[in-house]
Amino acid sequence: MAHSYTPGLRTAPQTVVRKRRILPIPGQVLVHDGQAVTATTVIAQTELPGKVHAVNVVNLLGIVPQEIRRYMLKREGDAVGAGEPLAENRPVFKWLKTQVPSPITGTIETVSEVTGQVFLREPPRPLALTAYLDGHVVETFPGEGATVETACSLVQGIFGIGGEAVGTIAVAVDNREDELTPERITDAHRGTILVGGSLIGRDGFARAKQAGVAAVVVGGIHDLDLKQLLGRDLGVAITGTEQIGFTLIITEGFGRIAMAKRTFELLSSKVGRRASCSGATQIRAGVIRPEVIVPLSEEEAGGRGREAGESEGVGGGLRVGDQIRIIREPYFGRICKVFALPADLRVLSTGSKVRVLEAELDDGQRIIVPRANVELLEA
Amino acid sequence: MSRDMTAILATDCGSTTTKAILIEKVGEEYRQTFRGESPTTVEAPFDDVTRGVLNAIQEVEELSGRTILDGEKIVTPAGEDRGVDLYVSTSSAGGGLQMMVAGVVMAMTAESAQRCALGAGAIVMDVLAGNDGRAAHEKIERIRVLRPDMILLSGGTDGGTISHVVELAEYIRAADPKPRLGGHFRLPVIFAGNKDARNRVQEILGDRTALVITDNIRPILERENLGPARHTIHDLFLEHVMAQAPGYGKLMGWTGAPIMPTPAAVGLIMEQAARAQGLNLLGVDIGGATTDVFSVVDGQFTRTVSANLGMSYSVSNVLAEVGIEKIERWLVEPIAEQELRNRIKNKMIRPTTIPQTLADLALEQAISREALRLAFDQHKALAVSLKGVQQERTIADAFEQEEGGKSLIDLYRINLIIGSGGILSHAPRRVQAMMMMIDAYQPLGLTQLAVDSIFMMPHLGVLSQVNERAATEVFLKDCLVPLGSCLAAEGKAKRGEPCFAYTIRFADSRHAQGSLRFGEILRIDLPSGAEAELQAEPSKSFDLGAGKGKPVTLKVKGGVVGLILDARGRPISLAENGSDRAAQLHAWAKAVDLYPE
Repeated sequence: MAHSYTPGLRTAPQTVVRKRRILPIPGQVLVHDGQAVTATTVIAQTELPGKVHAVNVVNLLGIVPQEIRRYMLKREGDAVGAGEPLAENRPVFKWLKTQVPSPITGTIETVSEVTGQVFLREPPRPLALTAYLDGHVVETFPGEGATVETACSLVQGIFGIGGEAVGTIAVAVDNREDELTPERITDAHRGTILVGGSLIGRDGFARAKQAGVAAVVVGGIHDLDLKQLLGRDLGVAITGTEQIGFTLIITEGFGRIAMAKRTFELLSSKVGRRASCSGATQIRAGVIRPEVIVPLSEEEAGGRGREAGESEGVGGGLRVGDQIRIIREPYFGRICKVFALPADLRVLSTGSKVRVLEAELDDGQRIIVPRANVELLEA
Repeated sequence: MSRDMTAILATDCGSTTTKAILIEKVGEEYRQTFRGESPTTVEAPFDDVTRGVLNAIQEVEELSGRTILDGEKIVTPAGEDRGVDLYVSTSSAGGGLQMMVAGVVMAMTAESAQRCALGAGAIVMDVLAGNDGRAAHEKIERIRVLRPDMILLSGGTDGGTISHVVELAEYIRAADPKPRLGGHFRLPVIFAGNKDARNRVQEILGDRTALVITDNIRPILERENLGPARHTIHDLFLEHVMAQAPGYGKLMGWTGAPIMPTPAAVGLIMEQAARAQGLNLLGVDIGGATTDVFSVVDGQFTRTVSANLGMSYSVSNVLAEVGIEKIERWLVEPIAEQELRNRIKNKMIRPTTIPQTLADLALEQAISREALRLAFDQHKALAVSLKGVQQERTIADAFEQEEGGKSLIDLYRINLIIGSGGILSHAPRRVQAMMMMIDAYQPLGLTQLAVDSIFMMPHLGVLSQVNERAATEVFLKDCLVPLGSCLAAEGKAKRGEPCFAYTIRFADSRHAQGSLRFGEILRIDLPSGAEAELQAEPSKSFDLGAGKGKPVTLKVKGGVVGLILDARGRPISLAENGSDRAAQLHAWAKAVDLYPE
């Protein structure tokens, strides 16, 4: 029987993360197995082909496609500068001469005798792929990239915006329930991965951008503020390419929700440490969660097995006594303990018959929650 | 061979769940008997679709007591309590089949290419056309960035334009696109355009792509010929897309028939059911990420997919597309915008959660009405007669000229609407599924409605290729849950004015009669399998299918909900004022017993 709860996100003080870093198209790998790298080390590079432009020469010269080569001043493979003539006609009277200039600087790729089009390609753009993590190379893929591994602390968020960033961890709130207000963000936070509490609002976004913060990590945001930040309604949770001035990671969900104690404490214990993070999120097939990765020093990581100390939210199943978070109304965001796991299906007030659990809140109150609506937190 | 089959196993590898069903011969008929499911394992850390398939089969084994697996091998043939005679599967895992299509003219060959790809079960990422308004470099950039699984290139009738279709081929060559899966493989391109352009297209694309040439999808303007290109898409789907997806090589060796894209299989079973029963049919599968709409009208099959309209992964996109007011208009209890938006986003990021409160359930069902409506609008735009066709006209037609491109969907002529997908199949009350579909599609005249009980249409679609009898029997007996019928009047009046009067004669000679005023709705019990005669007489501004004010006499079929008499007008008129609208929605909900009190 499939597990009927949502696996929790990982919050691991000590784990090993491996990242497969692959070029979008084949290129050159610059590192070797076992090599130590930093997050900004270029591990592979390639050239992305330039944009293609089409010029319909025959229309501009008033000729037929079959004749195009007779009028071309350049051939396939030739380099051209922007404005340089590509082709010209040869009228009896010189002042009737028409030239077709190149719209770009690049090379001539194709001349078509069927359509009379000339295709030009802009020069290739170099692409440098960085390691993203401070760690070492454990595997290389010739022409493609490499896998970088690091012993680290890891915090996964539930949703993020923006791409990869590197910075030092800073905490701008007193506790995990505080809102990350604009006043709490100072110029000293430039380049940091800034940890807040339960919420950041639109004014906080503006201040973070202005201060040059590398990334913001908070419990929640309001969707209305996200809409304003992006300038559009976000339709599908596939993110990572947004350009909003910083990377945003939320750890709990939408609304004002205090950051989970364990997450907040782990991040707070890493103040001043260099970390890598990414806002890239994909909820559908091939789930990608935003993350903060804080590499451990050799002393911190040393001595123990590679995966030692790793703890995950994904376990073998729910058990009585497990700590859980409720992830749907009417108890959204509440942290409680599993009190009982009745085997029979129960009828909800909606009329649905579902598998439920009985949970105990901090004040001793017991509530019934569908198992699909809870997330397992680590012990 | 098919007559001897006693046990058949079918799986559907969805993007999140792999579902297995067992079909057995019970007496003289085929019935679906057991079902198992397990998370799909096409992604890391498993990277092997067969793990999920084996898990789902194991669940079927546990529930049925039948031994199906011997290690990782499916036992064949079927014996007393052991093995199956046939194993078939569909797949939409890993994002399904993603295609880009191109044609010379947007409303003609490009539209035909779109219909062809959609009919083959693909998601169409973009439609390129000579006249799509984009500059050449924009088209090239688009082809390069999208990375589809394959491209369908059409254009020109046979003997028609060559240069325009060659131009499109040149764009594809210039873009030098790479396939989505497997960076080292050449991108499959199907050329299904003007046969006189084949050599040129071969010259341009032959060395850069895995080019396959097939019959023109529009050999003459008056006719579409989508079959050969559709088959080529299926072949390439197996050879290029499936073969590169993790574990599919192994799975393909297990199945007794080629693996089909899930939507193509759903389309197939709907097409067969419509043909077998002589019906015009509308079907919808509303999933977490996408909504597929199928129609079969006078034998013509059309499928569309609204790639980003769904109830979990894409739920936020429904809000983005329709706007918050359209969702709020279906809510009896208003929710503040900030709270409503946050709830929708939380569903998006935690897609497997379920409503625990009535207000939350009502919100999901409000969103689904809008997702269904929008996907249907997109379907109607593509389910049209061929455009660009010259029509011969007689003098009588001069007063009633119809251009090509007329919608094939005439709601008066749709006999059956079938709903599928979690929000419809798992609605706590069946009447909720019926009302979501009635509110979204607003059927006219008399229409039957049904839901797919446990989403087994994909399994039955692929099975129908091997054993049509088993597929059809299970479809009618176990797959469809008849909800009942809806009689709806088209027209408008002042609230409270007479709409139509009715008399129902039940099979046991009881009868019921009454009348409805404009703005009212009524539910009458008529169980599954029961039929009744319904006579209805609309007032002069309303039409029940025979014309304004003209009476109708109809045979109506029952279902688990019964008969809905809908006098809310078409389009359904919702009050502008919030509290009036809430009262209206409350009255309608009460009349059909929509929610628990």
